[in-house]
Amino acid sequence: MSEVGLTMGGHVPGITEESPFAIPSKKLVMWLFIISDAVTFGALLFAYGYVKNASPDWPEPFKFSPSIVNVMLMTFVLVSSSLTMLVATRAAKAGNKTSGIRWTFITVAGGIVFALLHIREWLGLIREGVRLFQNPWGSPMFGATFFAITGLHLTHVMGGVIALTVVALGYKRGRYNSDDIEVWSLYWHFVDLVWMFVVPMVYLLNISR
Amino acid sequence: MTTTGKVTSTLKTDMIVYGCILTLSGLQVVLAYQHTQGTQLMVRMLAVAVIQAGLGVMYFMHLRDERRNLLLALIPATVFVLLMMNMIWSDSFRLLHMRPK
Repeated sequence: MSEVGLTMGGHVPGITEESPFAIPSKKLVMWLFIISDAVTFGALLFAYGYVKNASPDWPEPFKFSPSIVNVMLMTFVLVSSSLTMLVATRAAKAGNKTSGIRWTFITVAGGIVFALLHIREWLGLIREGVRLFQNPWGSPMFGATFFAITGLHLTHVMGGVIALTVVALGYKRGRYNSDDIEVWSLYWHFVDLVWMFVVPMVYLLNISR
Repeated sequence: MTTTGKVTSTLKTDMIVYGCILTLSGLQVVLAYQHTQGTQLMVRMLAVAVIQAGLGVMYFMHLRDERRNLLLALIPATVFVLLMMNMIWSDSFRLLHMRPK
């Protein structure tokens, strides 16, 4: 490539600038998505805190049993699914395809169990009379904020379940590789970490005494 | 585990971090049933959640194995944005104490 070619924007292998983060673009995109999603959840939790703080009659409906016990079980399932995702990624990176796929599907099963427990929690509150803009206890905004935050998190879990299933099946057929498993494991761990903030803010600060 | 960075953690490390995160979740429940109320309880809960998130990001998501550049590009900016959101609290207190009777 002549000097003219370079100045005209020509690309020559080996002279392009090295990535400053030394990670594949897919992984960088996932990190950027995670950061933007973290800010989205942060904004929702701040909005929740704003409304709660400004309401003198904010409800405290969560009894130890069944609500807090259910939440503890959900936390256990979700954190455990993060561990199984780590095992899946480790196996995939080591070239053990069968084990990587098996552990990814175990993670998917954990996500489904979490979603079912979540829906059970929702149904319990709906049976007690909680709706988007009314509830039997106090500030009508409780339902809207509760369902918005936990609903967005549940959507992320279901999205993760679908994505992991697609990636695991694609990995099995050779369409995806271990890097894709690793990239989606980042997403799954992020969903787990968001739950660490949802539990204290939404449930534990509103326990029935 | 990273595509480029050298992974220093083992399954044993992952299990220890897993145990720590679950223990901290249990600690949050214990804190919730103590007699602390209001802002103090929220600060304690969030402190525990931040430790859990830090462990998760560094060990489960392997950010500590990546180049320092990535950590510096992602974390300070996110923390800054989240800190800036704290400016809403004064309006929240205004709404609580100065609402029309």
